[in-house]
Amino acid sequence: MNFDFSDDQKQLRDQARKFLAEKCSPKAVRVVLDGKAPYDKELWKGLAEMGFLGVAIPEEFGGAGAGHLELCVIAEEMGRANAPVPFSSTVYLAAEALLIAGSDAQKKKWLPAIASGEAIGTLALFEGKGNPSPKNIKLAASGGTLNGVKKPVPDAAIADFAVVAARTGSGGRDGDISLFLVDLRAGGVEVKSLTNLDPTRGQAELTFKNCKAEPLGAAGEGWSILSQVLDRAAVLCAFEQVGGSDRALEMGRDYALDRIAFGRPIGSFQAVKHMLADMYVSATLARSNSYYGAWALSTNASELPEAAAAARISATQAFQHCAKNNIQVHGGMGFTWEFDCHMYYRRANAMALGLGSLSYWEDQLIDRMRKKNAA
Amino acid sequence: MNFEDTPQEAAFRATARAWIAANAPKQYEDELRKSSLGRTQLKNANILEVAKAWQKKKADTGWACLHWPKEYGGRGSSPIERVIWQQEEGPFGKLSGMFIIGHGMCGPTMMAFAREEHKRTYLPPLASGEKVWCQLFSEPAGGSDVAGLRTRAEKDGDEWVINGQKIWTSGAHYSDYGILLTRTDPTVPKHKGLTMFFLDMKSPGVEVRPIKQASGASDFNEVYFTNVRIPDHQRLGEVNDGWNVSLTTLMNERMSIGAGVSTGFPELFDYCSSLMLDEGPAIENAAVRSKLASWAVTASGLKYTSMRAISALSKGERPGPENSIGKLVAGSMIQDVATYALDLQGAAGVVSGPEDAEVAGRFQAMLLRAPGTRVEGGTDEIMRNIIAERVLGLPGDIRVDKDVPFNKIPTKGRN
Repeated sequence: MNFDFSDDQKQLRDQARKFLAEKCSPKAVRVVLDGKAPYDKELWKGLAEMGFLGVAIPEEFGGAGAGHLELCVIAEEMGRANAPVPFSSTVYLAAEALLIAGSDAQKKKWLPAIASGEAIGTLALFEGKGNPSPKNIKLAASGGTLNGVKKPVPDAAIADFAVVAARTGSGGRDGDISLFLVDLRAGGVEVKSLTNLDPTRGQAELTFKNCKAEPLGAAGEGWSILSQVLDRAAVLCAFEQVGGSDRALEMGRDYALDRIAFGRPIGSFQAVKHMLADMYVSATLARSNSYYGAWALSTNASELPEAAAAARISATQAFQHCAKNNIQVHGGMGFTWEFDCHMYYRRANAMALGLGSLSYWEDQLIDRMRKKNAA
Repeated sequence: MNFEDTPQEAAFRATARAWIAANAPKQYEDELRKSSLGRTQLKNANILEVAKAWQKKKADTGWACLHWPKEYGGRGSSPIERVIWQQEEGPFGKLSGMFIIGHGMCGPTMMAFAREEHKRTYLPPLASGEKVWCQLFSEPAGGSDVAGLRTRAEKDGDEWVINGQKIWTSGAHYSDYGILLTRTDPTVPKHKGLTMFFLDMKSPGVEVRPIKQASGASDFNEVYFTNVRIPDHQRLGEVNDGWNVSLTTLMNERMSIGAGVSTGFPELFDYCSSLMLDEGPAIENAAVRSKLASWAVTASGLKYTSMRAISALSKGERPGPENSIGKLVAGSMIQDVATYALDLQGAAGVVSGPEDAEVAGRFQAMLLRAPGTRVEGGTDEIMRNIIAERVLGLPGDIRVDKDVPFNKIPTKGRN
């Protein structure tokens, strides 16, 4: 047993941290936050040049051919930096769906373009309120064309292609769902940007009208593929959330050391110290659960569904907890637009919903634990 | 990142498993499996005797105190082998409760500070469970503020004369030896006038009085010292350097607690898996599932946190401070878990007698024992201070007595 990242992986993490500290300062994040750009194009280009976009994509498809553990350490740094780029939608969702179910031709077309930064991808799953479920997918596919509405779709306004979950059968069963690949530049899709909690990562509504689409994976396999994609993304997002939790904790700690009230640093008051200690506790639990998820992901272990749900829940709780209490430690200044605290608060709460809500994943975890116990 | 055993680890696991299968006291397995915090006892046997017999059997074949050097009664095993052993020992590990303080704290302190001849004399019978040790630190006037302790040690020739009182001493009533923190110089600030010793608990002048706890049981004691004489060669560390010696003990306490903290989660998950509520199976109830999931990730988070520490240890790195969260998190969790298990039982949750209560009253016993867990070995508040100060680097509390000679600290009439 060795329950830690390797020295090479830790080195990669340091490299990513250094790169992002330089290229993705809070000031750079604010350009997107303030609506002056839809995402940070320069940073996206830089991430491609560093090889970070294709780190888990095999070399034959233009990637670095490293693996998911390497992607985990980069994800952690993306979360720490609050990077305003479509990393999670392109790399965790679209690329993973292609890796799991894409034909050779589909992989050849899109994966090298992802790795080089030329293509942004996303997953169009949700149709308004509700959590991931075959019952909630109404968008219809017939004869290679799609009709229906998807929202919210992450980064859809800047995406070049989307993996779309559509109904091909008559009921709401797993086998009634199939996946399709849609070139968003080819017409047949209307895009409307949606104002959302976290402006540093866009959300949009996609309306498909007789839109041409090619199948991704076998017909009726859509739900099974999606479940795998969501599990993988849950682990990868958990690392972003862990990075964000650590950063929010550090910000709170630094402010508590710096800020003087009643003649002493506020970090010397137990009420503040204990709040920060509790933030450390939840960030640590989330990190440990996420490491287990990373192991399961990287070895494609049978424990992955359970490990992914646990990482997802733990990291969601930790990031929300750390982000909100970071504002509390900062007091009034924490509630200003000027201070960066709200950027993590926004990101934490948006990420808590993106792959399905906390209660959805809690439900999933119990199902998966019962399944394991029954086996 | 690897969870599989190496071939060497797999071989060790197989050896351990075979030995346990052939030697463990199987007749108690079921009862031990069903025991949990607040109720670890056997119906038809004295658990202390069963525990001592099992420990001795392990020691005779080199399965006691695995990580200790062989010459002191251990096996010289790696940290990971120790974890493998714990996994394989399973419910029989619950028999180690009475040895935790001796093995986890007193032993390592002796190893670091005792004379070589004492180590060779005292450590092997400590490892084998033939002799049980306790730790005499806390006092009525020094709980969280342990450096405020008042038990005096005064030099008389080659001996020290001890007078004072300790409290909350786990297992003192069945202990043979103890490590004892005393005040040797009251004229200097409190941390600078302490000295550590070990002593025979049967020495004349030692009186042990059990404390009846809020749970009704008696695990802790008061220990009184009246002119107890300890030879100087039983001193651990330098005179007046006892505070530093005690930090070694407490550091080991945190390490030893890390892996085995009890959260109550497996018990609750089991219970909910078969429990029927008015509206159907508990495990299918949305509110129950949400609670279970949240506790599940807390329990798994603690487990993997300690595995990270063990990985670091096995690579020769000092384990990070992550392990210090274990007791803090598990203590309040087990209390909440027990409260919730009773809530699920409705009015019947009030019945606690093993004969009549749900699942033999295990959650009622857990509920009554849980407040102690949040206090012993450092209260929740002290644990948060430790995390805030040692891990996050926040300033220490303002301590008005820090640079004041001990005998000038106001006492509100106590002395």
